[in-house]
Amino acid sequence: MGAVFRPYSPSDSLQSDRTSGDRQRYRERLREVLKENIADVVSEQSIIGRDGDNIVKVPIRGIKEYRFVYGNNSPRVAQGDGDSEAGQKVGKVQQDGKAGEGEAGNEPGEDYYETDVTLDELIEIMFEDLELPDLESKPLRAIEAEYTHKRSGTKRVGIRAHLDKKRTAKSRLKRRFVQQKIEQNAQADVDPPEEEEEEKRFPFNQRDFRYHRHKPDIRYESNAVVLCIMDTSGSMNVMKKYLARSFFFLLYQFVRLKYQQTELVFIAHDTQAKEVNEDDFFHKGESGGTMISSGYQKALDIIHDRFHPSLWNVYAFHCSDGDNFSEDVPKTIELAKKLCESCNLFGYGEIKPTGGVSWGTPMLKHFDVLEADNFTTLGITAKADVWPKFKAFLSRDRERFSESTMGFNLWN
Amino acid sequence: MGRSYSLKDLEMWEDRISEKVHEFGLDCYPQEFEICDHVQMLSMMTYHGMPSHYPHWSFGKSFERTKTLYDYGVQGIPYEMVINSDPCIAGLMRDNSLCLQILTMAHVYGHNDFFKNNFTFHHTQADMVIARFKSHADRIRGYVEDPSIGQEAVERILDAAHALSFQCRRNQAIKRRSPEDQLRNVLREKEEGGEQLEDADFHRFPLEPEENLLIFIRDNNPRLTEWEKDILTIVHEEALYFQPQMETKIINEGWACYWHREIMNSLDLPSDIHMEFLVRHNQVVRPIPGDLNPYNIGLTLWDRIEELQLGEARNYNEDRQEIDVRKTLFEIREVDRDTSFIRRFMDRETMEKLDLFEAAPEHQDWVIKKVSDEDNWKPIRDLLVESVGLGGIPNIAIIDCDGDGARTLKLQHTFDGRELEATYAEKTLEHVYTLWGRRVMLETTLHDNNTLYSYNEEGLVVTPDVVNAIYPAF
Repeated sequence: MGAVFRPYSPSDSLQSDRTSGDRQRYRERLREVLKENIADVVSEQSIIGRDGDNIVKVPIRGIKEYRFVYGNNSPRVAQGDGDSEAGQKVGKVQQDGKAGEGEAGNEPGEDYYETDVTLDELIEIMFEDLELPDLESKPLRAIEAEYTHKRSGTKRVGIRAHLDKKRTAKSRLKRRFVQQKIEQNAQADVDPPEEEEEEKRFPFNQRDFRYHRHKPDIRYESNAVVLCIMDTSGSMNVMKKYLARSFFFLLYQFVRLKYQQTELVFIAHDTQAKEVNEDDFFHKGESGGTMISSGYQKALDIIHDRFHPSLWNVYAFHCSDGDNFSEDVPKTIELAKKLCESCNLFGYGEIKPTGGVSWGTPMLKHFDVLEADNFTTLGITAKADVWPKFKAFLSRDRERFSESTMGFNLWN
Repeated sequence: MGRSYSLKDLEMWEDRISEKVHEFGLDCYPQEFEICDHVQMLSMMTYHGMPSHYPHWSFGKSFERTKTLYDYGVQGIPYEMVINSDPCIAGLMRDNSLCLQILTMAHVYGHNDFFKNNFTFHHTQADMVIARFKSHADRIRGYVEDPSIGQEAVERILDAAHALSFQCRRNQAIKRRSPEDQLRNVLREKEEGGEQLEDADFHRFPLEPEENLLIFIRDNNPRLTEWEKDILTIVHEEALYFQPQMETKIINEGWACYWHREIMNSLDLPSDIHMEFLVRHNQVVRPIPGDLNPYNIGLTLWDRIEELQLGEARNYNEDRQEIDVRKTLFEIREVDRDTSFIRRFMDRETMEKLDLFEAAPEHQDWVIKKVSDEDNWKPIRDLLVESVGLGGIPNIAIIDCDGDGARTLKLQHTFDGRELEATYAEKTLEHVYTLWGRRVMLETTLHDNNTLYSYNEEGLVVTPDVVNAIYPAF
């Protein structure tokens, strides 16, 4: 009796519904929140040393919509199951940190979301606001990174799949125009044009066809190698190693993100250095004294043998607690200088958890004498330091890069 | 539920339902039903049922939330989604059983009648609702797309406006005095009281507290641009549209339940459908221990009113409603909202039947303080009256907009025993500042102390005595 029924139409459901724009925007806002908390996320043990497609659960605080609301410390009325008595307990008081129930926006309470992100996504978010330091071009790099085809002009023969429809249609139009001109001239001589004459069909001709011409397109990319040098001597306890690993992890992920091909070299050293695989590097403990120079020497050897700086972007980073034998210091400095010459960026991170006892000679001071603009030292004292220090490390490289380009411009 | 059905079946049942609707004397807007799937239903809910609505990320959030709860089976989708408009539009989810569809249609007619006749809805201009929301959406999209404004700027204003949207006058029917009248009023009162007029009495604007925060800010902040003012207007208008639904949750749901039961029982349903109906109906109107189910409370109250009229409860399955009872009920549905409905008709028997109690937090638990017995039922009822409808929204008014001669905006929270949530109050104050652009202050009571929050570009300042109360010195 009059009610209108609008039958079901699936058009705006399924994949995209009308909320998709707002959901997209909400996700962008969440991403911003995630970015702000990235330091916490990075220092979580769970993400270190995992593969890119691993899914990590990241707790993020939902974006709240604040209003004036009553706190939950005032009495309220509720229903019982039929035989309520004074003194009975009926439920827990909402605490911050638990998802709030009740009507949206009316009840305070923390919304925690556990978002699933793949490690790759997370890393992308992490590096979104960081620029790659310097993709210094290596003149001889010329390593084929990608081989594809690129369109370049047209040709008159080819396979159907390569047909250039637009050009083909154009050339037909041209041909028809010429044809008509000729006909008109001819007719003008004979008799006036008859209007009722239907426009003649003017089909495509073999001569109209144009095909895309393809040309191989080879792109060259420079490749990078990350040399992770870690002190695994006895004084490097679990905490120190963990901090070092976090840092290497970030460095590796970062370089991997920016270069097509990234090689990794892991060098573990105590008094002697050896190249180890990733697993051993991150998970095995060593012991013994410390000779930093051994690690540097090994790094130099490896660079010399396999990653010539003219072909490779070399990033080297060394983590240690700085307890080096004092006899070894001069040699270390000397080798560090050499490393600076062959690396894009060489960094030294001294890991000194606060409260730890240290003896010997902290290398941080000794490195002060080293004056190379691609050398950086930093001190890490706590988990929370890792991300900010890492950022500082990269931004330093960025500065250097921008200075050099500016210099270049002036020079021009 | 085995029965499959087609659109034809729905139309047939709708025919019979609307016949009953007329027979019972319900007075409805023309009705429209939209068949949708669950995702469409969720989106409809997200935008409060509006066919078009302006975009904002908060709707994305709300959608994600309900969808997650739905996907994990924590929460079902309500059977009904109906909006107060002329024609009245409601959604029917196509995966529901035939019984549920019939039940939903009957229930929707109850709401439809309520929307059309209850006094709180009179100002909502139901015939233009859809067009109005469409126009709001178009305008806001326009601002977002305007290169000189853009999404970020629009969001900034919308975020702030949403925070204050429901801070508006409690009773839209009461006309407000103009500033001139307010002035005259003060003069008259002083004169009658025989008091001396003092300068200070007039160094305040507004003279009477103003509860429509958004509108006041719109009209009195000269720095707002036209589009910003327009957004404030839009958000305010939407809040006014939804306010009546918040005010009549219990009475309205109770009314719809009362009528769907009445209609369903008079339809001669096939027995399988009837059985399913009984199950569904009881699911909807059952009490939820530890919470308040508006369906349960509303229906119980309507039944109680009828019972008092008849002198006894009737068997709803068998006996039909009597005409003279109907008249009384129709009157009540016209003039009451949740607060008055409960105050007038909630008696001790009903309170006991509903097993209403008052609970207070004690350490980590809610502990029952009072149950509805001889001594306590009235205070509990009063507390309930305070918390239903708009009672859940703190009463905050602007008492001055030129404090210290530096355009400081002063807000006052009328303390009724319930404290503001402090973090939320602080953050909301930031939103007020976004809109006002100068120092904003809020007076309230926290931990039995008068508290004054003050926020400006330098940050938040709280009066020291409350800080001392929260963090006592050793």
